[in-house]
Amino acid sequence: MKPSKKVTLTATVLLTVCMAGSVAVLRELDKVRAGATLEDVLYISSPKLVKRLSLGYDGLMADIYWTRAVQYFGSRHAARASRYRQLAPLLTITTTLDPQLVVAYEFGANFLSPQPPAGAGMPDEAVKLIEFGIQNNPDNWHLYYDLGFLYYMDLKDYPRAEDAFVRGSKVPNAHPFLKILAAQMAQHAGDTQMARALWTTTYQTSQEKQIRGNAIAHLRALQVADDVTALERIVARYREITGQNPTNWSELVNAHLLRDTPLDVTGRPYKLMPSGRVEVEVPDDIPFIEKGAPEGYTPPPPKDLEKLAG
Amino acid sequence: MNARIMSIASNTFREAVRDRVLYNLIGFALLLSGAAIFVGQISIDIEKLVVINLGLTAVSLFGIVIAIFIGIGLVSKEIDKRTLYTVLSRPVRRWEFIIGKYFGLAGTLVVNAFFMAIGVFAALLYVAHHYQASDGWILVALYFIILQFLIICSLALLFSSFSSPLLSAVFAFSLFVIGSFSEDLRGFAALVKGPAGWVATGIAYLVPNFSALNVIGMVAHGQAIASRLIALNTLYALLYSAVALSGAVLIFQHRNLK
Repeated sequence: MKPSKKVTLTATVLLTVCMAGSVAVLRELDKVRAGATLEDVLYISSPKLVKRLSLGYDGLMADIYWTRAVQYFGSRHAARASRYRQLAPLLTITTTLDPQLVVAYEFGANFLSPQPPAGAGMPDEAVKLIEFGIQNNPDNWHLYYDLGFLYYMDLKDYPRAEDAFVRGSKVPNAHPFLKILAAQMAQHAGDTQMARALWTTTYQTSQEKQIRGNAIAHLRALQVADDVTALERIVARYREITGQNPTNWSELVNAHLLRDTPLDVTGRPYKLMPSGRVEVEVPDDIPFIEKGAPEGYTPPPPKDLEKLAG
Repeated sequence: MNARIMSIASNTFREAVRDRVLYNLIGFALLLSGAAIFVGQISIDIEKLVVINLGLTAVSLFGIVIAIFIGIGLVSKEIDKRTLYTVLSRPVRRWEFIIGKYFGLAGTLVVNAFFMAIGVFAALLYVAHHYQASDGWILVALYFIILQFLIICSLALLFSSFSSPLLSAVFAFSLFVIGSFSEDLRGFAALVKGPAGWVATGIAYLVPNFSALNVIGMVAHGQAIASRLIALNTLYALLYSAVALSGAVLIFQHRNLK
Protein backbone atom coordinates (compact mmCIF):
# COMPACT_ATOMS: atom_id res chain seq x y z
CA MET A 1 0.00 0.00 0.00
CA LYS A 2 1.25 3.50 -0.90
CA PRO A 3 2.14 5.71 2.10
CA SER A 4 -0.48 8.32 1.08
CA LYS A 5 -3.19 5.63 0.94
CA LYS A 6 -2.10 4.37 4.34
CA VAL A 7 -2.48 7.88 5.80
CA THR A 8 -5.92 8.29 4.18
CA LEU A 9 -7.08 4.94 5.53
CA THR A 10 -5.72 5.62 9.02
CA ALA A 11 -7.26 9.11 9.12
CA THR A 12 -10.63 7.79 7.91
CA VAL A 13 -10.68 5.01 10.50
CA LEU A 14 -9.58 7.42 13.21
CA LEU A 15 -12.24 9.94 12.21
CA THR A 16 -15.02 7.34 12.26
CA VAL A 17 -13.96 5.66 15.49
CA CYS A 18 -13.36 8.94 17.32
CA MET A 19 -16.67 10.39 16.12
CA ALA A 20 -18.52 7.32 17.41
CA GLY A 21 -16.53 7.58 20.64
CA SER A 22 -17.33 11.27 21.07
CA VAL A 23 -21.07 10.58 20.60
CA ALA A 24 -20.87 7.81 23.21
CA VAL A 25 -19.00 10.07 25.65
CA LEU A 26 -21.48 12.88 25.01
CA ARG A 27 -24.35 10.58 25.92
CA GLU A 28 -22.57 9.73 29.18
CA LEU A 29 -21.95 13.45 29.78
CA ASP A 30 -25.64 14.13 29.32
CA LYS A 31 -26.34 11.56 32.04
CA VAL A 32 -23.82 13.17 34.41
CA ARG A 33 -25.26 16.60 33.69
CA ALA A 34 -28.91 15.49 33.45
CA GLY A 35 -31.10 18.59 33.45
CA ALA A 36 -28.07 20.86 33.81
CA THR A 37 -29.23 23.21 31.08
CA LEU A 38 -32.70 23.44 32.43
CA GLU A 39 -31.52 23.72 36.01
CA ASP A 40 -29.18 26.55 35.10
CA VAL A 41 -30.13 29.94 36.34
CA LEU A 42 -31.47 31.96 33.44
CA TYR A 43 -28.52 33.48 31.64
CA ILE A 44 -30.32 36.83 31.65
CA SER A 45 -33.35 37.11 33.88
CA SER A 46 -34.49 40.61 32.98
CA PRO A 47 -37.16 40.50 30.23
CA LYS A 48 -36.39 44.09 29.23
CA LEU A 49 -32.69 43.35 28.86
CA VAL A 50 -33.41 40.25 26.78
CA LYS A 51 -35.67 42.37 24.58
CA ARG A 52 -32.90 44.92 24.04
CA LEU A 53 -30.31 42.25 23.39
CA SER A 54 -32.53 40.58 20.80
CA LEU A 55 -31.73 43.54 18.47
CA GLY A 56 -35.26 43.67 17.12
CA TYR A 57 -35.58 39.93 16.51
CA ASP A 58 -38.10 39.74 19.35
CA GLY A 59 -40.39 37.26 17.63
CA LEU A 60 -37.74 34.64 17.08
CA MET A 61 -36.37 35.16 20.57
CA ALA A 62 -39.87 34.74 22.04
CA ASP A 63 -40.27 31.47 20.11
CA ILE A 64 -36.96 30.21 21.52
CA TYR A 65 -37.91 31.17 25.08
CA TRP A 66 -41.35 29.61 24.68
CA THR A 67 -39.78 26.36 23.45
CA ARG A 68 -37.43 26.47 26.40
CA ALA A 69 -40.34 26.99 28.81
CA VAL A 70 -42.14 23.99 27.29
CA GLN A 71 -38.99 21.90 27.53
CA TYR A 72 -38.38 22.99 31.12
CA PHE A 73 -41.92 22.19 32.21
CA GLY A 74 -42.06 18.92 30.25
CA SER A 75 -38.83 17.50 31.65
CA ARG A 76 -39.61 18.47 35.24
CA HIS A 77 -43.18 17.28 34.90
CA ALA A 78 -41.97 13.88 33.67
CA ALA A 79 -39.54 13.73 36.60
CA ARG A 80 -42.46 14.46 39.00
CA ALA A 81 -40.75 17.59 40.26
CA SER A 82 -42.45 19.62 42.93
CA ARG A 83 -40.63 22.89 42.19
CA TYR A 84 -40.61 24.87 38.96
CA ARG A 85 -38.55 27.93 39.90
CA GLN A 86 -37.66 29.00 36.35
CA LEU A 87 -41.09 28.53 34.80
CA ALA A 88 -42.61 31.91 35.68
CA PRO A 89 -39.48 33.92 34.63
CA LEU A 90 -39.29 31.99 31.34
CA LEU A 91 -42.94 32.75 30.60
CA THR A 92 -42.54 36.40 31.59
CA ILE A 93 -39.60 36.79 29.21
CA THR A 94 -41.50 34.99 26.44
CA THR A 95 -44.57 37.19 26.71
CA THR A 96 -42.56 40.40 27.15
CA LEU A 97 -40.72 39.60 23.92
CA ASP A 98 -43.95 38.80 22.09
CA PRO A 99 -47.04 40.04 23.95
CA GLN A 100 -49.28 38.67 21.16
CA LEU A 101 -48.12 35.06 21.65
CA VAL A 102 -51.49 33.92 23.03
CA VAL A 103 -50.45 30.26 23.18
CA ALA A 104 -47.87 31.17 25.82
CA TYR A 105 -50.57 32.68 28.05
CA GLU A 106 -53.01 29.81 27.60
CA PHE A 107 -50.62 26.89 27.97
CA GLY A 108 -48.38 28.81 30.37
CA ALA A 109 -51.26 29.36 32.79
CA ASN A 110 -52.10 25.68 32.42
CA PHE A 111 -48.52 24.77 33.40
CA LEU A 112 -48.33 27.24 36.27
CA SER A 113 -51.65 26.90 38.01
CA PRO A 114 -52.52 23.26 38.89
CA GLN A 115 -50.99 21.77 42.02
CA PRO A 116 -48.07 19.30 41.55
CA PRO A 117 -47.77 16.78 39.97
CA ALA A 118 -50.19 18.14 37.36
CA GLY A 119 -48.59 21.59 37.35
CA ALA A 120 -46.32 24.02 39.16
CA GLY A 121 -48.84 24.98 41.86
CA MET A 122 -48.43 28.72 41.24
CA PRO A 123 -51.97 29.97 40.51
CA ASP A 124 -51.11 33.57 41.47
CA GLU A 125 -48.34 33.63 38.86
CA ALA A 126 -50.79 32.16 36.35
CA VAL A 127 -53.28 34.95 37.09
CA LYS A 128 -50.54 37.57 36.59
CA LEU A 129 -49.61 35.97 33.28
CA ILE A 130 -53.19 35.92 31.98
CA GLU A 131 -53.85 39.48 33.18
CA PHE A 132 -50.74 40.57 31.24
CA GLY A 133 -52.15 38.71 28.23
CA ILE A 134 -55.50 40.47 28.55
CA GLN A 135 -53.73 43.83 28.87
CA ASN A 136 -52.01 43.17 25.54
CA ASN A 137 -54.83 41.29 23.81
CA PRO A 138 -58.01 42.86 25.20
CA ASP A 139 -60.17 41.48 22.38
CA ASN A 140 -59.27 37.85 22.88
CA TRP A 141 -62.17 36.25 24.81
CA HIS A 142 -60.19 33.02 25.34
CA LEU A 143 -57.96 34.81 27.85
CA TYR A 144 -60.94 36.02 29.94
CA TYR A 145 -62.28 32.49 29.87
CA ASP A 146 -58.89 31.14 31.02
CA LEU A 147 -58.79 33.72 33.81
CA GLY A 148 -62.29 32.81 35.02
CA PHE A 149 -61.37 29.16 34.80
CA LEU A 150 -58.27 29.71 36.94
CA TYR A 151 -60.18 31.62 39.58
CA TYR A 152 -62.86 28.96 39.65
CA MET A 153 -60.83 25.76 39.55
CA ASP A 154 -57.57 26.55 41.28
CA LEU A 155 -58.22 29.57 43.48
CA LYS A 156 -61.90 28.79 44.26
CA ASP A 157 -62.54 32.53 44.06
CA TYR A 158 -66.02 32.43 42.56
CA PRO A 159 -66.83 36.20 42.52
CA ARG A 160 -63.61 36.89 40.58
CA ALA A 161 -64.32 33.98 38.24
CA GLU A 162 -67.77 35.44 37.55
CA ASP A 163 -66.22 38.87 36.96
CA ALA A 164 -63.77 37.41 34.41
CA PHE A 165 -66.58 35.63 32.53
CA VAL A 166 -68.68 38.82 32.53
CA ARG A 167 -65.73 40.85 31.19
CA GLY A 168 -65.07 38.21 28.55
CA SER A 169 -68.71 38.07 27.46
CA LYS A 170 -68.52 41.78 26.56
CA VAL A 171 -65.65 41.24 24.12
CA PRO A 172 -66.73 41.34 20.45
CA ASN A 173 -67.23 37.81 19.01
CA ALA A 174 -67.00 36.22 22.45
CA HIS A 175 -68.30 32.68 22.78
CA PRO A 176 -71.98 32.89 23.85
CA PHE A 177 -71.30 30.37 26.61
CA LEU A 178 -69.38 32.97 28.59
CA LYS A 179 -72.64 34.74 29.42
CA ILE A 180 -74.19 31.44 30.53
CA LEU A 181 -71.16 30.62 32.67
CA ALA A 182 -71.31 34.02 34.32
CA ALA A 183 -74.99 33.55 35.05
CA GLN A 184 -74.59 29.99 36.35
CA MET A 185 -71.76 31.00 38.63
CA ALA A 186 -74.06 32.54 41.25
CA GLN A 187 -76.26 29.43 41.40
CA HIS A 188 -73.83 26.55 41.02
CA ALA A 189 -70.49 27.86 42.29
CA GLY A 190 -68.54 25.00 43.84
CA ASP A 191 -70.49 22.02 42.53
CA THR A 192 -69.50 19.44 39.94
CA GLN A 193 -72.19 20.65 37.53
CA MET A 194 -70.34 23.95 37.14
CA ALA A 195 -66.98 22.23 36.81
CA ARG A 196 -68.45 19.96 34.13
CA ALA A 197 -69.79 22.99 32.26
CA LEU A 198 -66.37 24.64 32.34
CA TRP A 199 -64.49 21.58 31.09
CA THR A 200 -67.09 20.99 28.39
CA THR A 201 -66.63 24.57 27.18
CA THR A 202 -62.87 24.09 27.21
CA TYR A 203 -63.27 20.96 25.10
CA GLN A 204 -65.63 22.59 22.64
CA THR A 205 -63.71 25.83 22.15
CA SER A 206 -60.19 24.48 21.69
CA GLN A 207 -58.62 22.86 18.64
CA GLU A 208 -55.47 21.82 20.50
CA LYS A 209 -55.41 18.06 21.05
CA GLN A 210 -53.60 18.41 24.36
CA ILE A 211 -56.15 20.88 25.77
CA ARG A 212 -59.05 18.78 24.49
CA GLY A 213 -57.51 15.62 25.97
CA ASN A 214 -56.98 17.39 29.27
CA ALA A 215 -60.64 18.47 29.28
CA ILE A 216 -61.80 14.90 28.56
CA ALA A 217 -59.60 13.54 31.36
CA HIS A 218 -61.10 16.03 33.81
CA LEU A 219 -64.63 15.24 32.64
CA ARG A 220 -63.91 11.52 33.17
CA ALA A 221 -62.63 12.24 36.68
CA LEU A 222 -65.78 14.26 37.40
CA GLN A 223 -67.90 11.37 36.10
CA VAL A 224 -66.11 9.01 38.50
CA ALA A 225 -66.66 11.47 41.37
CA ASP A 226 -70.42 11.57 40.60
CA ASP A 227 -70.61 7.77 40.22
CA VAL A 228 -68.77 7.13 43.48
CA THR A 229 -70.98 9.59 45.37
CA ALA A 230 -74.13 7.95 44.01
CA LEU A 231 -72.87 4.39 44.67
CA GLU A 232 -71.79 5.17 48.22
CA ARG A 233 -75.23 6.61 48.84
CA ILE A 234 -76.77 3.30 47.65
CA VAL A 235 -74.40 1.34 49.91
CA ALA A 236 -75.47 3.52 52.86
CA ARG A 237 -79.09 2.83 52.01
CA TYR A 238 -78.40 -0.94 52.00
CA ARG A 239 -76.68 -0.61 55.37
CA GLU A 240 -79.72 1.19 56.74
CA ILE A 241 -81.98 -1.64 55.57
CA THR A 242 -79.87 -4.68 56.47
CA GLY A 243 -77.66 -3.30 59.21
CA GLN A 244 -74.47 -4.40 57.42
CA ASN A 245 -72.32 -3.44 54.45
CA PRO A 246 -72.81 -5.39 51.19
CA THR A 247 -69.93 -7.74 50.32
CA ASN A 248 -70.46 -7.50 46.56
CA TRP A 249 -72.54 -5.71 43.93
CA SER A 250 -74.87 -8.72 43.47
CA GLU A 251 -76.34 -8.15 46.92
CA LEU A 252 -77.31 -4.63 45.89
CA VAL A 253 -78.74 -5.92 42.59
CA ASN A 254 -80.77 -8.59 44.45
CA ALA A 255 -82.02 -5.90 46.83
CA HIS A 256 -83.23 -3.95 43.74
CA LEU A 257 -81.00 -1.00 44.65
CA LEU A 258 -78.85 -1.44 41.52
CA ARG A 259 -79.66 -2.73 38.03
CA ASP A 260 -76.25 -4.17 37.24
CA THR A 261 -72.58 -4.21 38.31
CA PRO A 262 -71.49 -0.57 37.93
CA LEU A 263 -68.63 0.18 35.51
CA ASP A 264 -66.21 3.11 35.60
CA VAL A 265 -65.24 5.30 32.64
CA THR A 266 -62.61 2.78 31.52
CA GLY A 267 -65.24 -0.02 31.41
CA ARG A 268 -63.90 -1.79 34.50
CA PRO A 269 -66.23 -2.65 37.40
CA TYR A 270 -66.01 -0.43 40.47
CA LYS A 271 -64.53 -2.08 43.57
CA LEU A 272 -66.72 -2.37 46.66
CA MET A 273 -64.53 -2.21 49.77
CA PRO A 274 -65.49 -3.96 53.09
CA SER A 275 -65.85 -0.53 54.72
CA GLY A 276 -68.48 0.44 52.16
CA ARG A 277 -66.15 2.71 50.21
CA VAL A 278 -66.27 2.56 46.42
CA GLU A 279 -63.02 2.64 44.48
CA VAL A 280 -61.89 2.34 40.87
CA GLU A 281 -59.85 -0.71 39.91
CA VAL A 282 -56.93 1.06 38.17
CA PRO A 283 -56.71 4.68 39.37
CA ASP A 284 -53.61 5.34 37.23
CA ASP A 285 -55.83 5.04 34.12
CA ILE A 286 -58.07 7.88 35.29
CA PRO A 287 -55.94 11.03 35.63
CA PHE A 288 -57.04 13.83 37.99
CA ILE A 289 -59.21 11.44 39.97
CA GLU A 290 -60.06 12.77 43.43
CA LYS A 291 -62.95 10.60 44.58
CA GLY A 292 -62.76 6.82 44.10
CA ALA A 293 -58.99 6.49 44.49
CA PRO A 294 -57.56 4.23 47.23
CA GLU A 295 -56.65 5.97 50.48
CA GLY A 296 -53.16 7.49 50.39
CA TYR A 297 -53.00 7.17 46.59
CA THR A 298 -50.35 9.31 44.89
CA PRO A 299 -51.23 9.89 41.25
CA PRO A 300 -48.51 9.68 38.59
CA PRO A 301 -48.05 12.70 36.30
CA PRO A 302 -50.79 12.64 33.65
CA LYS A 303 -49.45 11.54 30.28
CA ASP A 304 -50.65 10.96 26.71
CA LEU A 305 -53.70 13.11 27.37
CA GLU A 306 -53.87 14.07 23.69
CA LYS A 307 -54.73 10.42 22.89
CA LEU A 308 -58.03 10.91 24.73
CA ALA A 309 -58.93 13.64 22.23
CA GLY A 310 -58.77 11.00 19.50
CA MET B 1 6.01 12.17 19.04
CA ASN B 2 8.49 12.19 16.19
CA ALA B 3 11.19 14.82 15.75
CA ARG B 4 9.62 16.35 12.63
CA ILE B 5 6.32 17.04 14.43
CA MET B 6 8.22 18.48 17.40
CA SER B 7 10.18 20.74 15.12
CA ILE B 8 7.06 22.07 13.34
CA ALA B 9 5.33 22.54 16.70
CA SER B 10 8.20 24.51 18.20
CA ASN B 11 8.45 26.68 15.08
CA THR B 12 4.71 27.40 15.25
CA PHE B 13 5.08 28.36 18.90
CA ARG B 14 8.07 30.62 18.13
CA GLU B 15 6.20 32.25 15.26
CA ALA B 16 3.20 32.99 17.50
CA VAL B 17 5.46 34.56 20.11
CA ARG B 18 7.20 36.60 17.38
CA ASP B 19 3.73 37.76 16.22
CA ARG B 20 3.39 39.31 19.69
CA VAL B 21 0.48 37.02 20.60
CA LEU B 22 1.53 37.04 24.24
CA TYR B 23 0.96 40.82 24.32
CA ASN B 24 -2.66 39.97 25.13
CA LEU B 25 -1.36 39.18 28.62
CA ILE B 26 -0.86 42.91 29.21
CA GLY B 27 -4.51 43.57 28.33
CA PHE B 28 -5.55 40.71 30.57
CA ALA B 29 -3.47 41.98 33.50
CA LEU B 30 -4.95 45.48 33.16
CA LEU B 31 -8.49 44.10 32.98
CA LEU B 32 -8.09 41.90 36.02
CA SER B 33 -6.25 44.39 38.23
CA GLY B 34 -8.78 47.07 37.24
CA ALA B 35 -11.66 44.79 38.20
CA ALA B 36 -10.00 43.78 41.47
CA ILE B 37 -9.43 47.39 42.52
CA PHE B 38 -12.56 49.11 41.24
CA VAL B 39 -15.36 46.60 41.77
CA GLY B 40 -14.69 46.57 45.51
CA GLN B 41 -15.39 50.27 45.57
CA ILE B 42 -18.62 50.27 43.61
CA SER B 43 -20.29 47.04 44.72
CA ILE B 44 -20.84 44.95 47.84
CA ASP B 45 -19.22 41.63 48.65
CA ILE B 46 -18.70 40.34 45.12
CA GLU B 47 -15.02 41.22 44.63
CA LYS B 48 -13.92 37.59 44.75
CA LEU B 49 -16.80 36.48 42.57
CA VAL B 50 -15.99 39.13 39.97
CA VAL B 51 -12.29 38.23 39.92
CA ILE B 52 -13.07 34.54 39.36
CA ASN B 53 -15.86 35.10 36.85
CA LEU B 54 -14.09 37.83 34.93
CA GLY B 55 -10.69 36.18 35.15
CA LEU B 56 -11.82 32.78 33.88
CA THR B 57 -14.09 34.29 31.23
CA ALA B 58 -11.20 36.42 29.98
CA VAL B 59 -8.85 33.40 29.93
CA SER B 60 -11.44 31.54 27.87
CA LEU B 61 -12.35 34.33 25.45
CA PHE B 62 -8.79 35.62 24.91
CA GLY B 63 -7.66 32.06 24.22
CA ILE B 64 -10.50 31.32 21.85
CA VAL B 65 -9.90 34.50 19.87
CA ILE B 66 -6.19 33.66 19.65
CA ALA B 67 -6.93 30.04 18.71
CA ILE B 68 -9.28 31.09 15.93
CA PHE B 69 -7.21 33.93 14.49
CA ILE B 70 -3.93 32.04 14.53
CA GLY B 71 -5.43 28.66 13.71
CA ILE B 72 -7.20 29.85 10.55
CA GLY B 73 -3.95 31.12 9.08
CA LEU B 74 -1.76 28.17 9.97
CA VAL B 75 -2.12 26.44 6.61
CA SER B 76 -3.29 29.22 4.30
CA LYS B 77 -0.53 31.62 5.39
CA GLU B 78 2.10 28.97 4.65
CA ILE B 79 0.59 28.48 1.20
CA ASP B 80 0.39 32.24 0.50
CA LYS B 81 3.99 32.81 1.59
CA ARG B 82 5.01 29.66 -0.29
CA THR B 83 6.93 28.48 2.78
CA LEU B 84 4.82 25.32 2.77
CA TYR B 85 6.62 24.06 -0.36
CA THR B 86 9.96 24.44 1.38
CA VAL B 87 8.69 22.42 4.32
CA LEU B 88 7.04 19.71 2.26
CA SER B 89 10.06 19.37 -0.06
CA ARG B 90 11.92 18.02 2.96
CA PRO B 91 11.11 14.57 4.36
CA VAL B 92 8.01 15.91 6.15
CA ARG B 93 4.69 14.24 5.51
CA ARG B 94 1.54 16.32 5.15
CA TRP B 95 -0.11 14.77 8.21
CA GLU B 96 2.99 15.54 10.27
CA PHE B 97 2.72 19.17 9.17
CA ILE B 98 -0.93 19.36 10.36
CA ILE B 99 -0.25 17.61 13.67
CA GLY B 100 2.86 19.72 14.29
CA LYS B 101 0.93 22.93 13.66
CA TYR B 102 -1.77 21.73 16.05
CA PHE B 103 0.64 21.02 18.88
CA GLY B 104 2.40 24.34 18.28
CA LEU B 105 -0.81 26.31 18.55
CA ALA B 106 -2.09 24.28 21.51
CA GLY B 107 1.25 24.82 23.25
CA THR B 108 1.02 28.59 22.69
CA LEU B 109 -2.43 28.63 24.24
CA VAL B 110 -1.41 26.50 27.21
CA VAL B 111 1.52 28.83 27.97
CA ASN B 112 -0.78 31.84 27.57
CA ALA B 113 -3.38 30.26 29.89
CA PHE B 114 -0.66 29.42 32.42
CA PHE B 115 0.38 33.07 32.75
CA MET B 116 -3.25 34.18 32.89
CA ALA B 117 -3.94 31.61 35.62
CA ILE B 118 -1.11 33.10 37.67
CA GLY B 119 -2.81 36.48 37.16
CA VAL B 120 -6.18 35.13 38.30
CA PHE B 121 -4.71 33.63 41.48
CA ALA B 122 -2.71 36.81 42.19
CA ALA B 123 -5.84 38.96 41.84
CA LEU B 124 -7.73 36.48 44.02
CA LEU B 125 -5.12 36.78 46.74
CA TYR B 126 -5.29 40.56 46.47
CA VAL B 127 -9.07 40.72 47.02
CA ALA B 128 -9.53 37.80 49.45
CA HIS B 129 -6.15 38.06 51.29
CA HIS B 130 -5.96 34.26 51.56
CA TYR B 131 -6.85 31.14 49.59
CA GLN B 132 -9.59 28.66 50.52
CA ALA B 133 -9.68 24.95 49.74
CA SER B 134 -12.59 25.51 47.34
CA ASP B 135 -10.39 27.83 45.25
CA GLY B 136 -8.68 24.67 44.02
CA TRP B 137 -11.69 24.04 41.76
CA ILE B 138 -10.58 27.07 39.75
CA LEU B 139 -7.78 24.86 38.47
CA VAL B 140 -10.38 22.41 37.17
CA ALA B 141 -12.20 25.27 35.41
CA LEU B 142 -8.87 26.32 33.88
CA TYR B 143 -8.23 22.73 32.79
CA PHE B 144 -11.65 22.65 31.09
CA ILE B 145 -10.80 25.94 29.34
CA ILE B 146 -7.63 24.34 28.00
CA LEU B 147 -9.74 21.42 26.75
CA GLN B 148 -11.90 24.02 24.96
CA PHE B 149 -8.75 25.38 23.32
CA LEU B 150 -7.79 21.92 22.11
CA ILE B 151 -11.13 21.54 20.36
CA ILE B 152 -11.14 25.07 18.91
CA CYS B 153 -7.56 24.69 17.64
CA SER B 154 -8.43 21.48 15.83
CA LEU B 155 -11.54 23.08 14.28
CA ALA B 156 -9.64 26.20 13.17
CA LEU B 157 -7.03 23.95 11.59
CA LEU B 158 -9.72 21.85 9.89
CA PHE B 159 -11.30 24.91 8.29
CA SER B 160 -7.90 26.35 7.45
CA SER B 161 -7.08 23.20 5.50
CA PHE B 162 -9.69 23.93 2.82
CA SER B 163 -11.06 27.46 3.24
CA SER B 164 -9.96 31.09 3.15
CA PRO B 165 -8.91 32.70 6.47
CA LEU B 166 -12.02 34.91 6.62
CA LEU B 167 -14.46 32.06 6.06
CA SER B 168 -12.50 29.82 8.42
CA ALA B 169 -12.85 32.46 11.15
CA VAL B 170 -16.59 32.72 10.55
CA PHE B 171 -17.02 28.93 10.60
CA ALA B 172 -14.91 28.42 13.71
CA PHE B 173 -16.52 31.25 15.66
CA SER B 174 -20.03 30.11 14.65
CA LEU B 175 -19.24 26.59 15.81
CA PHE B 176 -17.97 27.96 19.11
CA VAL B 177 -21.25 29.87 19.66
CA ILE B 178 -23.39 26.90 18.58
CA GLY B 179 -21.29 24.55 20.71
CA SER B 180 -21.84 26.75 23.75
CA PHE B 181 -25.56 26.04 23.43
CA SER B 182 -25.14 22.41 22.38
CA GLU B 183 -27.04 20.98 25.35
CA ASP B 184 -30.02 23.16 24.45
CA LEU B 185 -29.62 21.99 20.88
CA ARG B 186 -29.76 18.33 21.91
CA GLY B 187 -32.77 19.11 24.12
CA PHE B 188 -34.60 20.70 21.19
CA ALA B 189 -33.61 17.83 18.88
CA ALA B 190 -35.11 15.37 21.37
CA LEU B 191 -38.48 17.11 20.94
CA VAL B 192 -38.53 16.63 17.16
CA LYS B 193 -39.85 13.28 15.92
CA GLY B 194 -39.36 11.28 12.70
CA PRO B 195 -36.69 11.91 10.02
CA ALA B 196 -36.41 15.59 10.97
CA GLY B 197 -35.65 14.43 14.50
CA TRP B 198 -32.87 12.10 13.30
CA VAL B 199 -31.29 14.90 11.27
CA ALA B 200 -31.57 17.34 14.20
CA THR B 201 -30.07 14.76 16.58
CA GLY B 202 -27.25 14.06 14.12
CA ILE B 203 -26.40 17.74 13.89
CA ALA B 204 -26.67 18.14 17.66
CA TYR B 205 -24.06 15.38 18.15
CA LEU B 206 -21.86 16.61 15.31
CA VAL B 207 -21.31 20.12 16.69
CA PRO B 208 -18.78 20.39 19.54
CA ASN B 209 -20.10 20.41 23.06
CA PHE B 210 -18.74 23.39 24.97
CA SER B 211 -21.58 23.55 27.51
CA ALA B 212 -20.15 20.81 29.72
CA LEU B 213 -16.73 22.44 29.60
CA ASN B 214 -17.99 25.67 31.11
CA VAL B 215 -18.01 25.38 34.90
CA ILE B 216 -16.99 28.98 35.64
CA GLY B 217 -20.27 29.77 37.41
CA MET B 218 -19.95 26.68 39.61
CA VAL B 219 -16.37 27.23 40.71
CA ALA B 220 -17.05 30.92 41.36
CA HIS B 221 -19.48 29.74 44.04
CA GLY B 222 -17.03 27.16 45.37
CA GLN B 223 -19.00 24.17 44.12
CA ALA B 224 -17.13 20.90 43.60
CA ILE B 225 -16.76 19.34 40.15
CA ALA B 226 -17.47 15.61 39.89
CA SER B 227 -14.44 13.52 38.98
CA ARG B 228 -16.55 11.62 36.43
CA LEU B 229 -17.27 14.92 34.66
CA ILE B 230 -13.53 15.67 34.55
CA ALA B 231 -12.79 12.23 33.08
CA LEU B 232 -15.59 12.38 30.52
CA ASN B 233 -14.76 15.93 29.45
CA THR B 234 -11.12 14.97 28.97
CA LEU B 235 -12.06 11.96 26.89
CA TYR B 236 -14.56 13.97 24.87
CA ALA B 237 -12.11 16.81 24.11
CA LEU B 238 -9.46 14.32 22.98
CA LEU B 239 -11.87 12.35 20.81
CA TYR B 240 -13.46 15.42 19.22
CA SER B 241 -10.06 17.00 18.53
CA ALA B 242 -8.96 13.72 16.96
CA VAL B 243 -12.06 13.80 14.72
CA ALA B 244 -11.37 17.35 13.53
CA LEU B 245 -7.65 16.66 13.07
CA SER B 246 -8.36 13.47 11.11
CA GLY B 247 -10.67 15.53 8.89
CA ALA B 248 -7.95 18.15 8.44
CA VAL B 249 -5.37 15.48 7.58
CA LEU B 250 -7.75 13.82 5.08
CA ILE B 251 -8.49 17.10 3.32
CA PHE B 252 -4.89 18.34 3.33
CA GLN B 253 -3.63 14.96 2.14
CA HIS B 254 -5.77 15.20 -1.00
CA ARG B 255 -5.41 18.92 -1.56
CA ASN B 256 -3.75 19.97 -4.80
CA LEU B 257 -1.03 22.38 -3.76
CA LYS B 258 0.31 23.04 -7.24
